Amino acid sequence: MTVLLFTLIVLVGAFLAGLLGSLTGLGGGVIIIPLLTLGLGVDIHYAIGASIISVIATSSGSAAAYVKEGITNVRIGMFLEVATTMSAIVGVVIATYIKADYIIVIFGFILLFSALMMLKKKVDHSNNEKTSVLANYFKLNGSYPTEEGVKYYAVHHVMGGFAMMFVAGTLSGLLGIGSGALKVIGMDNIMKIPFKVSTTTSNFMIGVTAAASALVYLHRGQINPAIAMPVTIGVILGATIGAKILIRTKTDKLKIVFAGVVTFLALQMIYKGLTGNI
Amino acid sequence: MSKEIKHYLGDKDVQVILGTLLRVGVLISTSIVLIGGIVFMSTRTNQLVSFENFKPEEAKFSSIADIFIGLRTFDGLAIIQFGVLLLIFTPIARVVFSIFSFLMEKDYMYVGIGLIVLCIIITSLYFDIVH
Repeated sequence: MTVLLFTLIVLVGAFLAGLLGSLTGLGGGVIIIPLLTLGLGVDIHYAIGASIISVIATSSGSAAAYVKEGITNVRIGMFLEVATTMSAIVGVVIATYIKADYIIVIFGFILLFSALMMLKKKVDHSNNEKTSVLANYFKLNGSYPTEEGVKYYAVHHVMGGFAMMFVAGTLSGLLGIGSGALKVIGMDNIMKIPFKVSTTTSNFMIGVTAAASALVYLHRGQINPAIAMPVTIGVILGATIGAKILIRTKTDKLKIVFAGVVTFLALQMIYKGLTGNI
Repeated sequence: MSKEIKHYLGDKDVQVILGTLLRVGVLISTSIVLIGGIVFMSTRTNQLVSFENFKPEEAKFSSIADIFIGLRTFDGLAIIQFGVLLLIFTPIARVVFSIFSFLMEKDYMYVGIGLIVLCIIITSLYFDIVH
């Protein structure tokens, strides 16, 4: 394949990944990796390196839109980043020691899980019962503005959330993804943080976590500029346009179709990983 | 004096500065990636590529020092990698910025937590795994 053809295909693919990723809330990384590995026969190590860059690009890009609304809880984000950055590096180290085939299989399962989470109806568990000693100590409880005035919320199960973020960070480092689905479980379900706060705060954490793994990947030679270039440009264009469309479109049906596509890709990754022919 | 600073860096202002910082960071780094891409494509359009096998020993720009050496010769791939590096540093700048705003608020516990996060990231900068 010539440089021109490869770049054009990846550019279009990354654009679609960024567009669909922002419309469905799944993020770009989970689609970039199957596109590169299954579609273009790129080695999983390079695919992971390109994907982590796209994760940083989309998280910083959409964070710019989010922070203006002023609801990111920087304290929660910073506190949990201790877990996610540390474990991200652990994840990258694990990736060095296990066979590429296994990484592909694990990726397939995470993809399946993400598709499931995308369809699941989210329930807001938030309340203002300040019962957690650690949340009080670390000043994690906060407030955000609503149309009916300022709403206060309390954070629960700090240790449980911290442990979940350790898992999310490890997978982020191992697979080159944002682990958004796992971070949402940790923040919404375990720590009971309201959606408006958890979405933007998780986005803040995704960028910082990905930066920690990306630096290690760079040193390991996994970030190939010839792949990173079309991936970065495509994903940013797609995600920017997606964010504009999202404001005035309902995406329920798209999510169902997309979950089907993602499930298909996931099964293919698992199959190829297990049979070793990738 | 400290009151003025606190007022100046009120929550809303911090958020606006942060939003701008992130947007500018993404914009600049993507533009550099694009420029590098154009330079790279114009010189090697019809060259054949294959990424089927992972060859870390052939990676040319895998450290910050190598990237800067490549920039001197106006190498397209080095320019792309420099843009990628800036993109990686955008969220890190956000951490640094948050540490400063905690310092302004005199919240030393979070200055400490922020510094721990920063140290972990800096460790990753020097993390070289022997194969």
